[in-house]
Amino acid sequence: MQELINTLKQQIVEQLNLKHIKPEEIGDDQPLFVDGLGLDSIDALELIVLLQQKYGIKLANPEEGPKVFHTVRALAEFITANQKK
Amino acid sequence: MSSSSASLPTFVASCFIHQGKLVVNGNVVFSSKAPVESFFTELYILSGANYPKFYKMDAQSQLAFLCAEFLLKDNTVKDTSPFDWSVVLSCANSSNDTDIKYWENARQAPSPAAFVYTLPNVMLGEICIRHGFKGENSCFIFNTFDTAFQVNYVNSLLEKRAKVCVHGWVNFFKEEYAAFLFLTVNNGETEGELHSPELINKTISNYAGID
Repeated sequence: MQELINTLKQQIVEQLNLKHIKPEEIGDDQPLFVDGLGLDSIDALELIVLLQQKYGIKLANPEEGPKVFHTVRALAEFITANQKK
Repeated sequence: MSSSSASLPTFVASCFIHQGKLVVNGNVVFSSKAPVESFFTELYILSGANYPKFYKMDAQSQLAFLCAEFLLKDNTVKDTSPFDWSVVLSCANSSNDTDIKYWENARQAPSPAAFVYTLPNVMLGEICIRHGFKGENSCFIFNTFDTAFQVNYVNSLLEKRAKVCVHGWVNFFKEEYAAFLFLTVNNGETEGELHSPELINKTISNYAGID
């Protein structure tokens, strides 16, 4: 799990052009949006693209978004759960 | 028509970014031989702006953002409502640089973050968001900078619908870039030279003569 979390941090920084942040500076349980990392709605779309592109997972229910993308750990857990299926 | 006692649009400041050089009010503030992307990053750091969204912008919006940043850094206009600030820009290549990059990448995976910059007026939006401007803004496409058109448009705007205007030219295409922005005010208080085509042409000519 921790390896996936670290990979995701790297991918998030690259995909979202977060040049002011180092991957290791993102906390495993730090909220990604608003008061946390400060991501916005366009970033959310980029994360959906990232999920599809890198992990072959489509977010079937958009209402799951806030939960799935809440933190890097939540995202890693979602990927792990859906890749096993 | 305004009465004889009405104030006139006054030219306050200028900022040029071109060929690795930043010139504010006729003074070379910074120059660099770095490649374009690095040069823009150097300018961003120099500006002191703490605005991480800068890194997500396309090159044209970064250029517009930086030029506005240095234009307005030491040139505030007191007691002006956000609704009195207007922005008028023109460019030659529209958003073609980003359009092409988006299209090339879209074949593999379309990027929403790139897609939002596939309109030239987005650079005006970035300036407005950054500075909280809520007045009128317009973006025009011309082959070259049309001084007479823009001065006429801006002066009309400043007679009726705004008190301050950030205006000029911002163009980026395939690593070639040029930006010059002017600050023009009509609030009956701000001092400066009368905003005219002659003054703008002289300002551009003076810039061209700077080594």
